[in-house]
Amino acid sequence: MTIKNRSRITVFILSFLVWLALTHIGDIQEVIAGLIVAFIVSAVAGKFLLTTEKSEHIIKRFFSAIIYFFKFLWEMIKANFHVAYIVLNPNLPIKPGIVKIKTNLTKDSAITVLTNSITLTPGTLTVDVNPETKEIYIHWIDVLSTDVEENTRLIGGRFEKLLTEVFE
Amino acid sequence: MIREIIGMAFILIGITFDFFGVLGLVRLPDVYNRLQAATKCVTFGSAGILLGVFIKQGFNNFGFKALIGIAFIFLTSPVSAHAIARASHRSGIPLTKETVIDQYQEDNELKESGKKDV
Amino acid sequence: MRVFRWIIGLAIIVAFMYGNFFIYSGDILFKLINVVLFCSLFVLFRVLFGPTAADRIVAVDILGILIIGMLALMGLFYDQSFFMDVGLIWALLSFVASLAFAKILEGRSLDD
Repeated sequence: MTIKNRSRITVFILSFLVWLALTHIGDIQEVIAGLIVAFIVSAVAGKFLLTTEKSEHIIKRFFSAIIYFFKFLWEMIKANFHVAYIVLNPNLPIKPGIVKIKTNLTKDSAITVLTNSITLTPGTLTVDVNPETKEIYIHWIDVLSTDVEENTRLIGGRFEKLLTEVFE
Repeated sequence: MIREIIGMAFILIGITFDFFGVLGLVRLPDVYNRLQAATKCVTFGSAGILLGVFIKQGFNNFGFKALIGIAFIFLTSPVSAHAIARASHRSGIPLTKETVIDQYQEDNELKESGKKDV
Repeated sequence: MRVFRWIIGLAIIVAFMYGNFFIYSGDILFKLINVVLFCSLFVLFRVLFGPTAADRIVAVDILGILIIGMLALMGLFYDQSFFMDVGLIWALLSFVASLAFAKILEGRSLDD
């Protein structure tokens, strides 16, 4: 089975489950309409979900994803208290700047998840990604250092090891 | 009964963080800092409200719609924040005068001068 | 000057909270909806007086995420689930709109 067909079947199952969750199941017509809509969606836009082969086993990747989710939740709660501390302080203790970090991830999906996580964690916001040299530019509200290696360890190092296990 | 109380607690936490985020949108000095505070806090706050609604409603039609709303705002709001930040930096909106470093600007100038040499 | 403005803002917020939670007599969900509407008043301040165009785009994007929470609370009060449909469509349209605004601000055409 090629990667494109597997992606189409995944999209079909996911969209049919979402349809079943959103409607009352009390009639056969609802299920038939859901099958037709899911088939149209997977035929038109199904080939974009899975694009590359993964090397690790799926159960191991699933557990890594669970650990990653809880770590991300904890970082996000810390980020919100950080913003609340800055906003409620009368003196506005900020020291903003744009810094550059490097990443070792290669897949597009891994880089997307890494940049979204960086945006939602304390004090950082992704501005631009350079895919050729694997550099990410980050707006930091409280700049601690200006060295590239040091910033890579401080900002990206929290997530990169787990994301390597999930996506590569 | 206990479900009602837990759901109400999540809704109260969500509204508090919504309020902090909007306060950051008004107080902070330039567009990048405003984007940071507002995106983080308002995403977390709205997700808290929707999670409270899901806990109060349980596994029915309304509750599943709230869950889909949580997944949707977690996927979309960082993407739009990233797009707005890049567009405003490229269109030349200046950073605030408290800024200490701008390595993005330095790299862009390096690239421009390199093109002129070739 | 900055501390002075901070005190004025604190006075406005405390006055609103006192009036909302102790004078206004309504359901508790309506009191919470009033707080969200007060938040969107701040967002509208940024839309009106934002110094640059990017500030206004940020404010409109944030308004879309606030509204989905407010509509969830309204659906909880009236016990109708179609309010969530309105909220989901609103968030989807504001996401597409902020992407398009960002592209125009960057100076590219829409079908690039």
